[in-house]
Amino acid sequence: MKLTLRLWRQRSARDTGRFEQYQVADISPDMSFLEMLDSLNEQLCAERKEPVAFDHDCREGICGMCSLVINGLAHGSDRGVAACQLHMRRFKDGDMITIEPWRAKAFPIIKDLVVDRSAFDRIIQAGGYVSVDTGDAPEANTVPVPKPAAETAMDAAACIGCGACVAACPNASAMLFVAAKVSHLAKLPQGQEERRRRVRSMVEAMDREGFGNCTNHFECMAACPKSIHVTFIARLNREYLKASTRRSSEDIH
Amino acid sequence: MTPLMKTLDSMVPSGPLPQKWERHRLTLKPVAPADRRTYRVIVVGTGLAGASAAATLAESGFSVECFCYQDSARRAHSIAAQGGINAAKNYPKDGDSVERLFADTIKGGDFRSREANVYRLAEVSNAIIDQCVAQGVPFAREYDGYLANRSFGGAKVSRTFYCRGQTGQQLLLGAYQSLMRQVHAGQAAVHARAEMLDLIVVDGRAQGIIVRDLVSGAVTPHAADAVILATGGYSTLFYLSTNAKGCNVTATYRAYKRGAYFANPCLTQIHPTCIPPHGGGQSKLTLMSESLRNDGRVWVPTQPRDMRPPRDIPQAERDYFLERKYPSYGNLAPRDISSRSAKEVCDAGHGVGPGGLGVYLDLSDAIARLGKPVIRERYGNLFQMYEQITGENAYDSPMRIYPAPHYTMGGLWVDYNLMSTIPGLFVIGEANFSDHGANRLGASALMQGLADGYFIVPFTVADYLAGVSPGHGRADARHSALAGVRRSCVADAPEFAEAAGGVEARVKRLLGVRGKKSADAFHRELGRLMWDACGMSRSAEGLTRALARIPALREEFWDDVNVPGEERDFNQALEHAGRVADFLEFAELVCRDALHREESCGGHFRVEHQTPDGEAKRDDERFCYVAAWEHQGEGKPPLLHKEPLVFEHIPLAQRSYK
Repeated sequence: MKLTLRLWRQRSARDTGRFEQYQVADISPDMSFLEMLDSLNEQLCAERKEPVAFDHDCREGICGMCSLVINGLAHGSDRGVAACQLHMRRFKDGDMITIEPWRAKAFPIIKDLVVDRSAFDRIIQAGGYVSVDTGDAPEANTVPVPKPAAETAMDAAACIGCGACVAACPNASAMLFVAAKVSHLAKLPQGQEERRRRVRSMVEAMDREGFGNCTNHFECMAACPKSIHVTFIARLNREYLKASTRRSSEDIH
Repeated sequence: MTPLMKTLDSMVPSGPLPQKWERHRLTLKPVAPADRRTYRVIVVGTGLAGASAAATLAESGFSVECFCYQDSARRAHSIAAQGGINAAKNYPKDGDSVERLFADTIKGGDFRSREANVYRLAEVSNAIIDQCVAQGVPFAREYDGYLANRSFGGAKVSRTFYCRGQTGQQLLLGAYQSLMRQVHAGQAAVHARAEMLDLIVVDGRAQGIIVRDLVSGAVTPHAADAVILATGGYSTLFYLSTNAKGCNVTATYRAYKRGAYFANPCLTQIHPTCIPPHGGGQSKLTLMSESLRNDGRVWVPTQPRDMRPPRDIPQAERDYFLERKYPSYGNLAPRDISSRSAKEVCDAGHGVGPGGLGVYLDLSDAIARLGKPVIRERYGNLFQMYEQITGENAYDSPMRIYPAPHYTMGGLWVDYNLMSTIPGLFVIGEANFSDHGANRLGASALMQGLADGYFIVPFTVADYLAGVSPGHGRADARHSALAGVRRSCVADAPEFAEAAGGVEARVKRLLGVRGKKSADAFHRELGRLMWDACGMSRSAEGLTRALARIPALREEFWDDVNVPGEERDFNQALEHAGRVADFLEFAELVCRDALHREESCGGHFRVEHQTPDGEAKRDDERFCYVAAWEHQGEGKPPLLHKEPLVFEHIPLAQRSYK
């Protein structure tokens, strides 16, 4: 296949950035999208031009590093997969493909297609954990967890923290990301102690980072490589409301 | 030339095996709580081992600084582990015990691991599950609400705990969240997009590292009272592997060049169930979890070059070669054996798919028996991944699989305390050599990473620190360094400036060659060379040829590599070039080790040393030892040291899975 790529190039956070056009040839349908970009970079390298910077690592859809908006869609057109799992058989010879970075105020661009997602780490730091020190744990089977609760927790925990939800949302909201972690831990008995404090601090952190709020576009779910469901956002809202209205012993400390 | 040999002391404590660790722990000195903050510990790598060690050390009060090359600690490659984590809980009441897990791991490792370490691993395995459950790791559960188990290769009991096909991810998120909690508490700081490029040794002790900030390109020294390397394995030496693109040997290789011994570098694992390569432009291979072998049957057509679609091949014309050769373990034979069997049938022309590089992994019997929904619940994400990559639906026709480099049992040599030959340098997880011998069993990597990080190294590092006076943490406390801001602590010793200067000079040299070939092209060539000479089967002839070729390729690299971009910039080509440059040296060490080990054991299969029916033939008389290599300086052959392995509990025996 021969393809035309319209690619976002930006030297640094301070640069304004622009689209540039490139041609690639000999692209096999079995190649992954990132392998196609590798081949562009090999070509640029041979022409003594600077390769395109893009984030990637595991290339099997689980590390959450890759972050490309392909033809206007975060991670491309395939449902439930990350960009690294998108393969070139989805494209036709002669296609023009537009490739952009995640765009959100809270994800500043570092270079070309690479953005800074450290805001997500700071949201987790605010409370996305169970406070148990190593060695303090009781025997694992002491507390049974009903299978449906464990399954729902796992559905939420599957989030890979890639940020596609933010990139896809017209409000650049991180609510699906926050909802996934809040729901995962709220569903399990281990997460109960800190349940209220957790949701409040994580939502506060999210607001502090400059993410927007959910206005029910559901673009996040469509873009999510793990198909995390928007009902978790409803759960987040409920958790937040409950935590904000009820006083609990946690608040006294 | 016969190198001089020195015997290594593994510091294994005396006493009966089941009591060694408990007794040893009582002798380890703690640091007084008020003093802990004055000690600074650097942890490089934030996978299961690194994140769990960092979180635990920070919880107990030490000042911890972590470094990872990814953009977040959560993305380390442990995240990609699919199948599960072993523990000797014996919940299914199938007769499992610490003793059995220990015995399976020793045997699975083909008697090339250290008994005391493996016993300790089995011993702490249960505490890992307790810890992870308490953190909220959403393990699979039965309908009664209790934890579920499945089986993995090399074991006859069900001892593997799992979170669908995402166990590594969930365990890593548990450790990462614990680490984030410590960052919030001001006990730990994480430097993401930061790569360690050298180790600093002052007065014979590891006292810091040199780091390149991958965003700004700035090279800075970071001082510490102890350094822990948790930088994973080096399977990307083969270019195509199941590892993440960024995985590399640089941190451990740099430590080797500073005096840490590298143990058993030739012991690498080729995983039997990966998606076969598609051809040109391929950048990596994808694993299909071994757990599929619980319900899948592996076969090839009995007729060579049979091009019929798999469904049209009648049962009588299928060779279920693992079931045929290993009736007792069948499709759950250990990885080295399964991989080699797949290669054998493919070499004999029975392979399926493009290039004949593939065997079928068929779940149709299980689908018929259990129904699609059950199979989807167990392996749904794997089927989806398979379809995404190959465009084929594995519910309708069997998957095609082929072996691929996956894990490296070799690594920096460590003693029982997980300390390398450089005092103050600890090595944990895949980066060390310790627990898996010549072949790792499935679901044991996660177990080892977390055992080292949560339950072993925090005690042994504290003991080490109790014996040294804090040099760097105190300065930190004064400057409140751990507020999460990037800063470096520049120590006064000349070694720091010298090492930083060396790293900068090397970066400049890479950028200055301005040749014609990309670093990636050199990496591909090296990978092919290593796969042919030092992959699934190895021979003296092939290894000797590779040993002649590698220095030439290295010379070509330094003459003709083209590294575009600038030094003080986000420059991925430069990052990669540095890693390839290290691989071009390290490859020689791997081949040298493989050539010297004139036996077959586990993943190391020397064609000259096999039993009449083609199984690995060990030579316990000559090679029942850990080969630890000491760097002797540029251009000089490394020096071999031997740590003899003694098997007191599991008598040395020919492995049999028949």
